[in-house]
Amino acid sequence: MGSFFHRRKGLVPYLLLSPGLAWLAIFFIVPLAYLGYQSLKSGIFPTYEFTWEFSNYTEAVSDYHPQLVRSFVYAGIATVACLVLAYPLVYWIAFRAGRWRNLFLLAIVAPFFVTYLIRTLAWLNILADEGPVVGLLQWTHVLGEDERLLATTFAVIAGITYNFLPFMALPIYVSLEQIEPRLLEAAKDLYASPVQAFLRVTLPLSAPGIVAGTLLTFIPAAGDFINAELLGTPKQQMIGNVIQAKFLESLDYPTAASLSFILMAAILVAVLAYARVVGSEKLTG
Amino acid sequence: MRVKHHLLTTYAMLVIGYLMLPIAVVILFSFNEPEGRFNYVWQGFTFDNWANWDAPIGLRESMITSLEIGVLSTVVATILGTMIALAIVRHHFRGRASSNVLVFLPMSTPEIVLGASLLALFIQQTGIFVIGFWTIFIAHVMFIVSYIVVTVKARLIGFDRHLEEAAADLGADELTTFRKVTFPLIAPAMLAASLLGFALSIDDFVITYFVAGGEQTFPVYVWGIARVATPPQVNVVASAIFLVAIAVALGNVLWQYRSSRRQRGAA
Repeated sequence: MGSFFHRRKGLVPYLLLSPGLAWLAIFFIVPLAYLGYQSLKSGIFPTYEFTWEFSNYTEAVSDYHPQLVRSFVYAGIATVACLVLAYPLVYWIAFRAGRWRNLFLLAIVAPFFVTYLIRTLAWLNILADEGPVVGLLQWTHVLGEDERLLATTFAVIAGITYNFLPFMALPIYVSLEQIEPRLLEAAKDLYASPVQAFLRVTLPLSAPGIVAGTLLTFIPAAGDFINAELLGTPKQQMIGNVIQAKFLESLDYPTAASLSFILMAAILVAVLAYARVVGSEKLTG
Repeated sequence: MRVKHHLLTTYAMLVIGYLMLPIAVVILFSFNEPEGRFNYVWQGFTFDNWANWDAPIGLRESMITSLEIGVLSTVVATILGTMIALAIVRHHFRGRASSNVLVFLPMSTPEIVLGASLLALFIQQTGIFVIGFWTIFIAHVMFIVSYIVVTVKARLIGFDRHLEEAAADLGADELTTFRKVTFPLIAPAMLAASLLGFALSIDDFVITYFVAGGEQTFPVYVWGIARVATPPQVNVVASAIFLVAIAVALGNVLWQYRSSRRQRGAA
């Protein structure tokens, strides 16, 4: 193989790359271009015409900014909830679970083995009005007699949190696992308290995992529509619900396409802002 | 200190419990005997749903479609993705960085945008694409390829090139070297990557829903039926998929334990 590469070294990588990259170019890049093309059309279904209709974007924002804002608020809360739930868990797995680590890691990815829609529907069983959770909360007067959990903002955010928790947990685990135990011993030898050792050694070293996990959780969460559709009401609709309904139900392609680009742009801005904050904290810390 | 220790363990177990709860509920409700059309409240225990798992119209067909698309798209994506990984890890060439970016982009784009943009392409009256089985296949290959590249790449980076050079020095031609040295070494990574790809394909709803037209995979079937009824057979199929996947994964974990113990024994 080595001599083969050396003799025709210029061509080989391109031969290996071209089928796969061509697939990505034709079915990822080209479709995005078509989406842009659709977003600048005007007219009524089925006769949309390309007219550089940039007002689609401004109209989409003014019509659907509540759903857009809601998507980012829900995704933000869910991301924080995922971090709070996942960090102590993977910390425990990395430092305390010993030889059972892999088994607990498997438990983290196990929800992925149940179809996304089905595990979301399972929360309908759990949070049902006649179910044990609502019963317990009413009995302890956390919830009033006629209050419920289903079809509330809580249910939607809880669903998103549950569905994207593994995306937060796995990158943090990877960064914790790479920490040299000797560093923690050194901190101890230098009379750092366990809390100090955690704050000054473990937490900064796991920061790359937190950053990766935050992005991997936030991006899909902001585009999600399944949790809002199954666990919420029209009052909890996110931008994904609007895009989905416009594209597949009312066949309003220009609005749906411009909303898709607005979602992407908004995510990009959020990610860049986050990168700035994370970067500047690192600089000052 | 001891109290803190137990506090952390308790918290970790509670989160594990939270992760497991819906899975337990899915399996439990596959044995429910619901009275109405919806399977939300526990009524009574029965094995009937498992015995008549394909009673709801369309369920069996959707499962077959899911499996067909899963196998086809995984095979194609694994071949394409492994080739990309080989090129990126083993070669320095013009455009390497941008190839990396092109591979990474689909993974960092929200699924709904991937689905919407593919549909924007497919609704063009080009006469090439008929929305249905093959457009789902195209979409699945597209989003699986990146995951295959990442998985195989991780394995290739830690891979000793001297083995291939040794084979070449011993007179093996390129094809023989690939067949006898390179392929056996990357085969486990390709297998792991294709299992991941297959799981992603079987589970995907959002992208599939956009490009499916009238075709139904299992998740699309569930979405359609969830508005009018939820037959417990849906839970049966989901439980079966879960049990197969967890058996494969557990087998892999146990195999890792055994081989690591064997390695320690040898050393």
